[in-house]
Amino acid sequence: MLTKKDVCQALLTGLWFMFLTFPILVIKVNPTEQTVTWRWGNMFWIGGISCLMYLFSRFFIAYRVAKQERIRLGLEQETRNWNLHFLQRPAFFLPLLGTGALFLLAFPAFFSTYQVNIMITALMYVVLGLGLNIVVGVAGLLDLGYVAFYAVGAYVYALLHLHFDLGFWVALPIGGLLGALFGILLGFPVLRLRGDYLAIVTLGFGEIIRLVLENWSAFSQGPSGIANIPRPGFFGIEMSLEASITYLYYLMIAMVLFTIFVVNRLQHSRIGRAWVALREDDIACQAMGIDKTRTKLTAFALGATWAGMAGVFFAAKTTFVNPASFTFLESAIILCIVVLGGMGSIVGVIAAALLLILLPEYLRTFADYRMLVFGAVLVVMMIFRPQGIISTVRRTYTLNR
Amino acid sequence: MEYFIELLFSGLTRGSIYALIALGYTMVYGIIGLINFAHGEMYMIGAFTALIVSSVLSIYGLPLPAILILTALAAATWAAAYGFTVERLAYRPLRNAPRLTPLISAIGMSIFLQNYVLLAQTSDFLPFPALIPDIPWLEPYAAIIGSTDLTILVVAAVAMLLLTLLIKYSRIGKAMRATAQDQKMALLVGVNVDRIIYITFVIGSALAAIGGLLIASHIGQINFSIGFIAGIKAFTAAVLGGIGSIPGAVLGSFVLGLTEAFATGYVSSDYEDVFAFSLLVLILIFRPSGLLGKATMEKV
Repeated sequence: MLTKKDVCQALLTGLWFMFLTFPILVIKVNPTEQTVTWRWGNMFWIGGISCLMYLFSRFFIAYRVAKQERIRLGLEQETRNWNLHFLQRPAFFLPLLGTGALFLLAFPAFFSTYQVNIMITALMYVVLGLGLNIVVGVAGLLDLGYVAFYAVGAYVYALLHLHFDLGFWVALPIGGLLGALFGILLGFPVLRLRGDYLAIVTLGFGEIIRLVLENWSAFSQGPSGIANIPRPGFFGIEMSLEASITYLYYLMIAMVLFTIFVVNRLQHSRIGRAWVALREDDIACQAMGIDKTRTKLTAFALGATWAGMAGVFFAAKTTFVNPASFTFLESAIILCIVVLGGMGSIVGVIAAALLLILLPEYLRTFADYRMLVFGAVLVVMMIFRPQGIISTVRRTYTLNR
Repeated sequence: MEYFIELLFSGLTRGSIYALIALGYTMVYGIIGLINFAHGEMYMIGAFTALIVSSVLSIYGLPLPAILILTALAAATWAAAYGFTVERLAYRPLRNAPRLTPLISAIGMSIFLQNYVLLAQTSDFLPFPALIPDIPWLEPYAAIIGSTDLTILVVAAVAMLLLTLLIKYSRIGKAMRATAQDQKMALLVGVNVDRIIYITFVIGSALAAIGGLLIASHIGQINFSIGFIAGIKAFTAAVLGGIGSIPGAVLGSFVLGLTEAFATGYVSSDYEDVFAFSLLVLILIFRPSGLLGKATMEKV
């Protein structure tokens, strides 16, 4: 299977990457002290790793081609996705769901407040991921400024508390509504743009919101942010820090369940089917009498609503907001969750959010490599598995004669 | 009046840097219709390579002109190599995929490269040596235009001229234009499309690296994240002029550079980036085909 040519190519790839990474990975200068450190070890690592990666990708592609060939010749049935197979069988699915639910419910009883806090963050990303999933996954609009709506939600709660002393429960719907309003305000002019332009405009919009929050100090208190935001209350009962975090945790669980319910219902509704149609072919979709702008706007506004509500939760959880929490990287992380999970797939997005947020928290040594891996994940997924780890099942309808 | 002229030159300098980066965007977009999100990273990698190479050379005690030439060569070479590799790894396998797939891949590449430099080098701002020597006869006008500004203007003008000549008159340029017009047809008449595409990436990245070197010695410090904002602004410039069109990219860059210079000079410098982004949003809404671009109708 391994020809001489493959070996030569692998060696060449190794050499090429050794050359490519030479200045940045090997040399480290200290411009102020005028000293140079040579890190030759890195060079050999890169050479070896890229060599192996090349061979691995060769094998993978060869395997894929061979399989396609067998399917074409009718020697093998096209295998359905393992996960679909697995997830569609109640015998497998229900126990899994039950254990998962029990684990989540009992979580605060067995783990420390610190762990509960991490879990709240992960659940927040589940909500964000599901919200962005409506926009990117279902409706196929690449939104790179999703974090702007998240920032809107967080600042809504912070400012409402600061100026009017309003609580979490008032802020939550207002955060969602204002998120939706901003979504419509932005969406209205830009949604007629083609997909890739839309991506850049939303990116620009996200940055504008962050820069305004950073510079308009009279409004948002600038880079120093707003502190002392209260956690959600429970009918005015005083709670210890621990109890209020546990309470927030259960609220977050409720929020996730609510999101899953709504997103699931939406996907199979009339508007959900219109989104999918628009994603697949917008011209054909218009020809079927679907109002393109309105459909896109609803997707945008609904996605933004979840971001706004998640933002209120974020402000309540950290009790402090500042513009530095709402950079483009945050949008990229959420996008990565959607892409890794599988565009349009609810189970996939939940799995990906938990994986991408919890894994770096527990593997502290690798935490520095987090963003590096996220970037690589986006590229690798697009090339090898654009449908994500758990792809969606299209609902099919059969006609009974 | 003096203030006005000062701002004018600052705008022109900015514009030339944006143009050097925007050319890469517009060339790639013209040929494969992809917003090469990782293009800003080529500029950043160019600046980093320049910093590393020039520091090493100056520690070994080479004379300044030799350092300058070797540094520029190294920056362009390595950025071009990165451009080539990125195209090969992240875009070529997705040549026939739906539109958004390569864009997401490009975003991933951009995040990857930023963090690669962050981990391999440092997250701090590094001081960049003043590589460009002072020009003695420019001394009296130093308040209006520094020698670095002048160098930037001249280098950018020469680079743009060479690029235009290359595209208009050389065989490769002809093949590039053919590929941009119709890839399948170009393939039929014997253009090696894959080769043309990577040549485009190589040229674009090398230009961006030269831009990175120039702007870094102008500002005096670099960091792993400079490519992001610069990339977005250059993209704005390319869209402003009409993406896909080379004179458009240059015009758009100067318009953006001047707008920014005057807006920060007369209004407020806090909102420097907001002006650029707002300009981008406004153009895309009111004139998505840009100043010199042709409005394209989609065939059904």
